[in-house]
Amino acid sequence: MNKSIIELKDIKRNFKVGNEIVHALRGVSFTVREGEFVTIMGTSGSGKSTLLNILGCLDTPTSGEYLLDGVPVRAMGKNERARLRNHKIGFVFQSYNLLAKTTAVENVELPLMYNSRISASERKGRAVNALTAVGLGDRLMHKSNQMSGGQMQRVAIARALVNDPAVILADEATGNLDTRTSFEILVLFQKLHAEGRTIIFVTHNPEIAQYSSRNIVLRDGQIKEDKVNEHILSAAGALAALPVPAED
Amino acid sequence: MNGTNLFKIALRALNNNKTRAFLTMLGIIIGVASVITMLAIGQGSKKSIQAQIAEMGSNMIMIHPGADMRGGVRQDPSAMQTLKLEDYYNIRDEGKYISAISPSVNSSGQLIYGSHNAPSTIYGVSQDYLTIRQLSVEDGDMFTDQDIQTSAKVCIVGKTVVDNLFPGGGDPVGKVIRFNSIPFRITGVLKSKGYNSMGMDQDDVILAPYTTIMKRILAITYLQGINCSAITEDMTDQAIEDITSILRRNHKLKEDADDDFTIRSQQELSSMMNSTTDLMTILLACIAGISLVVGGIGIMNIMYVSVTERTREIGLRMSVGARGIDILSQFLIEAILISVTGGVIGVILGVGASFAVKYIAHWPIFIQGWSVMLSFIVCTVTGIFFGWYPAKKAAALDPIEAIRYE
Repeated sequence: MNKSIIELKDIKRNFKVGNEIVHALRGVSFTVREGEFVTIMGTSGSGKSTLLNILGCLDTPTSGEYLLDGVPVRAMGKNERARLRNHKIGFVFQSYNLLAKTTAVENVELPLMYNSRISASERKGRAVNALTAVGLGDRLMHKSNQMSGGQMQRVAIARALVNDPAVILADEATGNLDTRTSFEILVLFQKLHAEGRTIIFVTHNPEIAQYSSRNIVLRDGQIKEDKVNEHILSAAGALAALPVPAED
Repeated sequence: MNGTNLFKIALRALNNNKTRAFLTMLGIIIGVASVITMLAIGQGSKKSIQAQIAEMGSNMIMIHPGADMRGGVRQDPSAMQTLKLEDYYNIRDEGKYISAISPSVNSSGQLIYGSHNAPSTIYGVSQDYLTIRQLSVEDGDMFTDQDIQTSAKVCIVGKTVVDNLFPGGGDPVGKVIRFNSIPFRITGVLKSKGYNSMGMDQDDVILAPYTTIMKRILAITYLQGINCSAITEDMTDQAIEDITSILRRNHKLKEDADDDFTIRSQQELSSMMNSTTDLMTILLACIAGISLVVGGIGIMNIMYVSVTERTREIGLRMSVGARGIDILSQFLIEAILISVTGGVIGVILGVGASFAVKYIAHWPIFIQGWSVMLSFIVCTVTGIFFGWYPAKKAAALDPIEAIRYE
């Protein structure tokens, strides 16, 4: 059995809105083991964004226990969580969030800029490797405004990989992309999964669940369904089956 | 997180927004440049006034018969007859801190040579007068001791007098001019000194032996004044004390009696002029300083807008592991880089503008090291001060909200 990367025990998260208390998460427990590709699904208001924030150490639960790679997160201060994010988490956002007018390499270097133990040359080397791994080895010096959406998302994935994180958290990572490009990105995620990476992919698109190894469905702040996908579809196959776009 | 990385991050961020960075800098550039230029102009005029005073003889001491009360009526000092030749001799022989001394009597009248005439004042002095007023004879010679002993009708004249009486040119030395009907032979011409800082023509002058003026023109036995030079400027006060005791003894004044003479030194004039120019310099610097503050507020403005505009960037940086202090430092470094770079450009521009003022407007300028240092330090402090608030705001952002900010 692989070691557990994420352990959630009865996580609750309440928000105070005016005089009312909103229960965004009402006792969520699950464990993600190394090498899993988990999709977390749910409609809006189901609590998946809140869960993602907690998983990403951006937020802390009101109660419950969260262990990330064996480290208890709940009692941590802001700065400790920032360090933890820097070392153990790679984020991929829906809207890429690349730095404007900045080259691919500099964008990917960003997490390592906040890690003083990594030298400038090592930083550069790791950024180039990560970009090569996502298939952008020939676009190292392209600036973010000179790239397509798919390329920008690849840069964002490279940025998530560069610190060799315990888990990659993707938040609607294909939400802004067309079908073909979405499949290209899914191919990349499946490739990373095959290499043994742990991935948590938050989405409201049920189609994506077919390409992951496990699917968790949230509803009203609780887990409604948590099952292992026995028949993982190949995103590469789906991409090949798509009609070829007309050249224009 | 180390400083080098933070510096790189800030530099990259500025590099992405060159135009904005430059526009922000502009306020600082103008502020620093104007502070330096204004101080250069202020200090320059101070220096030039000091030089003019020094030209008049900065260690000069002037003794006048003091205003005296007679039956409650204050008398005109020039009507006083308390200064005698005896006083002059005693100060000359006994004064310990005096390097040159000359009696002073004068009379105004009309100068005539041929068909030309001009109003002027003739001064009765001794040869030391040249040393005291830092004058020198350009053509011919100064009159001699013998001329003084014999009350000879000789004189030396300034350039303006020469121009008035000899408009056609020609050597005035040896010519005989008349001052109110009394003939004087010109023995020499003074080197031109131009106008002094109070607008007086220093060349409109005729110098003759004091004995001649006293006996042949004014018919008086007292002196209208005594001019002398202290050995150095620093000895002026001691010299004044020394002269005071000699004069009080000569005039047989009682312990509790007021002086019946007045002693003034050029030093008083110089310190008065200095305080005037200092005030002007401070005023100019204040106005320029205001523009520096306005420049600083410009930085705050832009940084503040920039924080809002870059909210997502800040959210991203935080989500990849930047701590609040890293964000704070980044924005602070950006502000300081803007102000220091602006400061450097401002210093260069200010020095350039000062020299432009010197060569185009021909104003005296003087750039002092401390004024450059001061404006540089002020603009760095401005950067920190006005960068702090926006940076603090950036660091306090919630990464969850910042990353999804639209």
